Amino acid sequence: MKQTNNIVGRMAAAAAALLAGLACAQAGSIRIESWRNDDADIWNSQIIPAFNKQYPDIKVEFSPSAPKEYNAALNARLAGGTAGDLITCRPFDASLDLYNKKNLVGLNDLKGLDNFSDVAKSAWTTDDGKTAFCVPMASVIHGFIYNKDAFKKIGASEPKTLAEFHDILDKLKKDGTYTPIVMGTNDQWESATMGFQNIGPNYWHGEDGRKALIEGKAKLTDAPYVATLKELATWAPDMGNGYQAQGYADSQNLFSLGKGAIYPAGSWDISTFRASAKFPMGAFKPPLPAGATDCYISDHTDIGMGLNAASKNAGDARKFLEWLATPEFATLYGNALPGFFPLSKQPVEIKDDLAATFVSWRKECKSTIRNSYQILSRGTPNLENELWNVSAQVINAAMTPDAAAKQLQDGLDKWYKPAK
Amino acid sequence: MPDPPQVAMMPRARLLGLMLFFLGPAVAVYTAISIYPLLATMALATYKITANGDYEFAGLSNFTTLLTDPSWSKPFWNAAWNNLKFFIVHMLVQNPVGIALAGLLSLPDLTGKSVYRTLIFLPTMLSVVIVGFAWNLILSPLWGVSESLLKDVGLGALFAPWLGLPSTALITLALISVWQFVGIPLMLIYAALLNIPEELVDAARVDGLGQLRIFAFIKLPLILPTIGLVSVLTFVGNFNAFDLVYSVKGALAGPNFASDLLGTFFYRTFFGNQLQVGDPAMGAAVATVMFFIILVGVCIYLLVIQRRLSRYTF
Repeated sequence: MKQTNNIVGRMAAAAAALLAGLACAQAGSIRIESWRNDDADIWNSQIIPAFNKQYPDIKVEFSPSAPKEYNAALNARLAGGTAGDLITCRPFDASLDLYNKKNLVGLNDLKGLDNFSDVAKSAWTTDDGKTAFCVPMASVIHGFIYNKDAFKKIGASEPKTLAEFHDILDKLKKDGTYTPIVMGTNDQWESATMGFQNIGPNYWHGEDGRKALIEGKAKLTDAPYVATLKELATWAPDMGNGYQAQGYADSQNLFSLGKGAIYPAGSWDISTFRASAKFPMGAFKPPLPAGATDCYISDHTDIGMGLNAASKNAGDARKFLEWLATPEFATLYGNALPGFFPLSKQPVEIKDDLAATFVSWRKECKSTIRNSYQILSRGTPNLENELWNVSAQVINAAMTPDAAAKQLQDGLDKWYKPAK
Repeated sequence: MPDPPQVAMMPRARLLGLMLFFLGPAVAVYTAISIYPLLATMALATYKITANGDYEFAGLSNFTTLLTDPSWSKPFWNAAWNNLKFFIVHMLVQNPVGIALAGLLSLPDLTGKSVYRTLIFLPTMLSVVIVGFAWNLILSPLWGVSESLLKDVGLGALFAPWLGLPSTALITLALISVWQFVGIPLMLIYAALLNIPEELVDAARVDGLGQLRIFAFIKLPLILPTIGLVSVLTFVGNFNAFDLVYSVKGALAGPNFASDLLGTFFYRTFFGNQLQVGDPAMGAAVATVMFFIILVGVCIYLLVIQRRLSRYTF
């Protein structure tokens, strides 16, 4: 009898503690959904503690998914009601769709939203420009990161034109110590994002080309796009052995281990390499095609954060969003995660030299965002997934650049009727 | 003492009450977990989703779109055809190897039988994510051992990034799946072989047959019903397959949908992929068509093959 009483007593105490714990958890804790699983360490060690200095009572949990699965997994969680309080927003249509489906809350009344320019907010505003639904966090710039030791070995300097670029690739291939281009086609998205969208703006002249596509004045079968694909196809012999089975993580590892020379990069890769690469790194912007004079870089408003309409702790989540709009967060984020460039109006001093190189290109070149993200991916088949598919196939020599361009335009024509 | 009531003479109400009592819970659980979701999926497939997320009734239009609109039917038939190839590889490799291994394991004087059984069955118990990750690493052209192992036996020229080439990706994944699941036909057929009484084998031995002929002419015909069962299970399992392809190649089942199965096609349709938003109604249509494909296959087996199998009891 005494033993049973003891057990019952302990169980009651445990149950009470659990309930109290749950109640506390409800009160001051928020969860962030994100695709930046590479950044989890920095969020947990730098960003969240900085937020807790101001708001010690709010517990923040950063729970990322793998980038390839983020959209599908997030949508499933939102449909099932188990998504976190704060949603990291993909730019343009993916998040606009969430807002239209009432998964995201309009944030027009959020304090600090006027810290961002209209261009920065454009990726997370409704088509009529009236309602913002995510706080802009950062943009990413595309370029090429290279192993300085490799370049020194063959006596090369940063290429300004594609001719110089191919010259360097030939020298690296002959030398044989380093894989010239570190990229694979297994995961498909790198071919589109770090290949097509990286060198492409130089061909289609950045915003001019992108807007012409949206307005229907240009087609994907036009010369600039075919030329981009043709250039991509020439990279295959310079990529690693068996690149068809090389995934994104493999490429990151290959470069970090110092086995590769040139890594077609998005600036988000900088923090990954800083953590693991032991050799000096440099960066050069996309080399110009023959005859081009103006340079363009892909400066893509990439990441924002919005409030889940079904959040159970909207008050604390809003406090976090307001903190995201402060210059304090911008400086912290830009330096803790070099390669993510804050979008706030106040300039942020970037201490990491590689990231500073990337952001310095904004002064020399015109910026543009990736051309498949605004409007052109709203239908089926969406341009972004098609770009992945054809870019990978073109590099694998499974498809000619002309056939690839035709597939892109045919897919777009199936559902996109630009307002004439 | 009067005899306890025989079932045949029981009052009808009592009989029905007993049936309800014994079958009721199982029927309830099965309906809730299997039958209701199946019917609900078929019902969902008859709806369409409008731009702002509402459902409106659309009859069979999802099915007509899926089967006639080229932008849907091409990937669908590609996935179905891939799935058939996946199944054929299993039937040609997994089941014969399982049968052969079961035959070897059932030899009367084999040492270390339980060790072999455990080792062959071990992969079936591994998580599919581990299997996918491990084989991805083994076959990786950058870090894998397969290239150096082939070079050591002088076959280095045969190496290729099999998982990344459209011509070999599906077969490679099928073989990985065979490696993982060969234990199941092995165990089922091994159990069936153990059921064969020793007298038959002894009589055959007395008649002068060697082990191989004993297996081919005596044991094999007796275990045909089990082989039939294994084939049906393989069929249903393969046409529902998803996890290995998803864990190795992702939802896009590259390269260029060469490893796309009906399961991954369904996943992409239902949950969406990257910027492509998911369409639950169309996904439900894909799932319904998958169900009917499997149903037709199983019915063909039941009506054509199962009836003609002779069962022997000992």
